[in-house]
Amino acid sequence: MMAPARDPLAPSMRGYWTGFVIVLGLLAIAPLVLPEFWRRFTTEILIWGLLAMSSDLLIGYTGMVSFGHSAFFGLGMYGAAAALLTVKPANLWLAILYGLVGAGLVAVFVAYFSTRLRDIYFSITTLVFSQIFYVVIFTWTDVTGGENGLTFRQPPLFQHAFTPVTLHWFVLAVVTLSYLALRRVTQSPFGMVLQSIRENEGRTRAVGYPVERYKIVAVLLSGLFAGLAGVLYAVQNKFAAPDFVLFLISGEVVIFNVMGGMGTLLGPIAGAAFFLILRETFSRFWTEFYLIPVGVIFTLMVIFLPQGLLGFLRRRLNQ
Amino acid sequence: MFPWDQIVVQAINGIVNGMILALVASGLTLIFGIMDVVNFAHGELFMLGAYTGVLTLTATGNFWVALLAACVVIAVLGAVIQVVALRPLLGRDPLYTILATFGISLILQNWAFYKFGPVARRIQEPFTGNFPLFYLTYPWYRIVIAVLSAGIIGGLWLFMKYGKYGIWIRATTQDRIMASAMGIPVPLVHTVVFAIGAAMAAASGVLWGPMVGVNHAMGIDWTLKAFVVVVVGGMGNLGGSILAAIFISLLESFASIWMSPAQAVIVSFVALILTLLFRPTGLFVPTPK
Repeated sequence: MMAPARDPLAPSMRGYWTGFVIVLGLLAIAPLVLPEFWRRFTTEILIWGLLAMSSDLLIGYTGMVSFGHSAFFGLGMYGAAAALLTVKPANLWLAILYGLVGAGLVAVFVAYFSTRLRDIYFSITTLVFSQIFYVVIFTWTDVTGGENGLTFRQPPLFQHAFTPVTLHWFVLAVVTLSYLALRRVTQSPFGMVLQSIRENEGRTRAVGYPVERYKIVAVLLSGLFAGLAGVLYAVQNKFAAPDFVLFLISGEVVIFNVMGGMGTLLGPIAGAAFFLILRETFSRFWTEFYLIPVGVIFTLMVIFLPQGLLGFLRRRLNQ
Repeated sequence: MFPWDQIVVQAINGIVNGMILALVASGLTLIFGIMDVVNFAHGELFMLGAYTGVLTLTATGNFWVALLAACVVIAVLGAVIQVVALRPLLGRDPLYTILATFGISLILQNWAFYKFGPVARRIQEPFTGNFPLFYLTYPWYRIVIAVLSAGIIGGLWLFMKYGKYGIWIRATTQDRIMASAMGIPVPLVHTVVFAIGAAMAAASGVLWGPMVGVNHAMGIDWTLKAFVVVVVGGMGNLGGSILAAIFISLLESFASIWMSPAQAVIVSFVALILTLLFRPTGLFVPTPK
């Protein structure tokens, strides 16, 4: 059966794509005009945004709040580290492959167990799983470097070493392609089933969809994109550390989603930007205690603005 | 040779840790059972309770006054949190309560870090006697904590079973609207239950304080452990979570004979996963028909 044709030139769609191109253009020229610190900052926003976007597939579209995305992100980092440390010469694509395989395996493992549970039980199970991986990575010093993590050299892109500008463009390209892919997924029949699970799981099952299988695939997809974000972060920072597997990172990812607006894909990126800007602003006055005001803002947003910053655009962003 | 003496020592350790964990987890499960709130800030209340204990102990010099003061202060804090942050969320998806309490835990933890700094504080135990147990001298204080925790939990149970307000609480758990129709002030019951749960966390924080240093990051571990216990015991099931607390602590104690304590945590996580696979309603509840 054909999906109803969507005319990309319909007025509302035109507005969407115009906005998309403008934002993309601004992000593309950003590294050329911004000073070094903010250039790096923008790249980092994109990476965390990709991680947040991957978890939005679960939180916003399937209605499963994962508190374990740090495990997928961290495995992506360590997978990239494995490729960059064991294979000479260092190869970026191999790093991505290893990272995706690592994150994907973990995602399937976690999904197999956690998707049997719903609501809060799912959240707690994913949280506990991410802690298992944290403990394993933290204590298995011989392989993972334990507390110190692993450091490595940055791989080149097509034989050219990364400059901050090319790295930004590379990250922007990966994040944009991931966004388009995730957008396609959420609008596909598969994505529709996920949204129907969010709205009414029992009815979806009654209609005849194997809900568990859909959920497992959703967690796997989400984990793969989270792993991709982990690889990008590892390549940008040239290290992998157990701190990034700790569930506090998962908590931040959930914060990005809530702040930006769940179920919009772009919202979580905006949420990541908002969070990082808040952190940057407050840590100037409060040093490491920036989480106090950020926590207050977050809690207030949960109570008074549960739709998030881009929540009002939800309908338009999902056209 | 099979390490019998170690097994006995670890069994006692496990029961002692299990009783404290049961005290933390029963507060958590009480809060969940009655208002569907997953309190991510529970460990933070534990930590702030321990800090309140430290402060009152240095001011008054009396451990028991410190214990009481911590309970009262943290109960008030819990009531404030409930009224300010959780009452507006009533009726929304329980997941929002995780998010809100997660935000609160960030605030509390970093506030404690800001206020008390990174150096761990010590609580002096009220008495320092030991008794010989195989190859080591075992502190009486540990036994006292286990008994005290059991006493507090027993008190809670009696209160819930026979006390007038305990019956109010159970009625609210069963049917919020009906209870309200019978004239029970349901919002007040919610606030009081949160305060009781918070006070129990604070009591366990003070009791546990002498065993380890008190620092701002100690709460996270307890939140996680209490979550594991509450899920293994069956969410909202008080008796189940007490049994599960002891069970999990015994597992971890025995595991730590053969591996480092950091790795022993994995054993309890595995127990959780197996429970979720085979008995998703909880290990210590009758199989639902």
